[in-house]
Amino acid sequence: MATTYPTTTIPPRTQRTHPIHGMLAAYPLAFFTGALVSDITYLNTAEMQWANFSVWLIAGGLLMGVLAAIVGIVDAIANRGRQRARRPWPHSVGTALMMALALLNAFIHSRDAWTSVVPTGIILSAIVSVLAIATSWSGYALEARQEAK
Amino acid sequence: MRTTLILSLATAAAILSGCSGKGGDASAQLGANPGLPSLQQYLLPPMKIAKPIPWGSQVPTVAPGMKVSAFATGFKNVRSLYVLPNGDVLAVEPKGPSEPVARPKDILVGLIQGFGHSKVQGGDQITLLRDADGDGKPELRTVLLDHLVSPFGVALVGGDLYVANTDAIVRYPYVTGQTKITAPGTILTELPGGPINHHWTKSLVASPDGSKLYVGIGSNSNITERGMEAERDRAKIWEVDRATGAHRDYATGLRNPNGLSWNPQTGQLWAVINERDEIGPDLVPDYLTSVRPGAFYGWPYSYWGHHVDPRVMPRRPDMVAKAVMPDYSLSSHVAPLGLAFYTGQSLPAAYRGGAFVGEHGSWDRGHLNGYKVVWVPFTGGKPSGKARDVVTGFVDGDKNARGRPVGLAVDRSGALLIADDLANVVWRVTGA
Repeated sequence: MATTYPTTTIPPRTQRTHPIHGMLAAYPLAFFTGALVSDITYLNTAEMQWANFSVWLIAGGLLMGVLAAIVGIVDAIANRGRQRARRPWPHSVGTALMMALALLNAFIHSRDAWTSVVPTGIILSAIVSVLAIATSWSGYALEARQEAK
Repeated sequence: MRTTLILSLATAAAILSGCSGKGGDASAQLGANPGLPSLQQYLLPPMKIAKPIPWGSQVPTVAPGMKVSAFATGFKNVRSLYVLPNGDVLAVEPKGPSEPVARPKDILVGLIQGFGHSKVQGGDQITLLRDADGDGKPELRTVLLDHLVSPFGVALVGGDLYVANTDAIVRYPYVTGQTKITAPGTILTELPGGPINHHWTKSLVASPDGSKLYVGIGSNSNITERGMEAERDRAKIWEVDRATGAHRDYATGLRNPNGLSWNPQTGQLWAVINERDEIGPDLVPDYLTSVRPGAFYGWPYSYWGHHVDPRVMPRRPDMVAKAVMPDYSLSSHVAPLGLAFYTGQSLPAAYRGGAFVGEHGSWDRGHLNGYKVVWVPFTGGKPSGKARDVVTGFVDGDKNARGRPVGLAVDRSGALLIADDLANVVWRVTGA
């Protein structure tokens, strides 16, 4: 009786109530960084199977990234009236750049044999991995802050 | 925003490859010393396949002094031809194995290349056609052999008929005039086949004395993208001892050798070779060459002599140094699959002594190349001038394909037979 609980003033309708964006976004993070690891292994072994792993990981990361982006955009539109702790644009722009470079990387990785990975493919895999970590960091941090509010 | 970026990038890639991928004047690359542009690598390699349309009432266009008609139609993927001593024509109708998918690209390339092929499924059989009265219309048509395994090459030595399935050379007893073989075959030797089996056509020819067979074994990939291990016993011509089935490498480094034939003037083995893709519309020229015993022709480490292919790892400078030059460039991506030296009497005399080449046609090039039968003049047993178009019209004015030539043979009367695996027709070209 002595305790007063804070009451929320935001109507529940505008709140994100599902973790789908985060779940889907886990795939590009895991797949794109995984592709870098398999690229490095290919660089060291010249064993084609590692390059094949890479291109499947990149393709899978692209597919799941597109799905994550769609859900993320839908969430953003649904929550557009809501006050935010931080601007979401760095996350969006970083994601767009990551996806564009990953698509480019999928084409490079579809070349045949050594030059599908070395040097352009593995450089792109490294850049995409950095972007995947950065955008995931900013995305999950954004969400964590909103949770904490 | 994201999707717009992706779309514009994809468009940029398409434009990029489209602009540089058409290819120059193909005839400039004909001959012993083709100009080779510098190597390019693409985001999206140039690709263009002619859309299949029916011949309707049309027939191929032939050079002056010749005429053409359909010898027989309605085949199940007719790809190679063989003429028996009694004049019977064998039409080989392989199914062609399917290749396992290793990468997302394989799915797309399969779809794109499938677009340019006949929708008729191969019969895995050999059809016998008998035109006893020589009017260009066979009176008898039977299935000589069926339940084969993607057959391509055929060779008769005495009473032994050899069929080169994609995975084995099989011997059948054959009596002159026989129209159906029911006896089970005997495997002379197994050949490198599945499970990948990228270039699966096994061209076959017997030595003039009948003691040896020569069989072409294509590579298992464009340029080792299936791994080096997959190329064991690939991209070479084997010499197979007919008595024991034992084999040895006759020549190596030949990416996809077909049309194995004896040069009637020199007695040397000749073949047409499909070279590698995806480094430019004018790279690498496919070629016609004598096959020198023991020679290494470069694949995969180098092309046209000592031009190193950077896609191959590990590098092998020692092998590049060993690579010999092929004899005659047919220009890039024409996909030669048939070869026939001409010594017959039916066609105009000028064609005697030269060689006909069946060009299946390009996919890795903006401007179509091939899709025709050409004739290469020979003097003193060597090519001696530019190849001339002899049978054309396989592509119409709107770049649609009515047919695609594959295997060639010369029948008993001296007429040139052409297997068309898109229309499933065997064309017969005679003197006018």
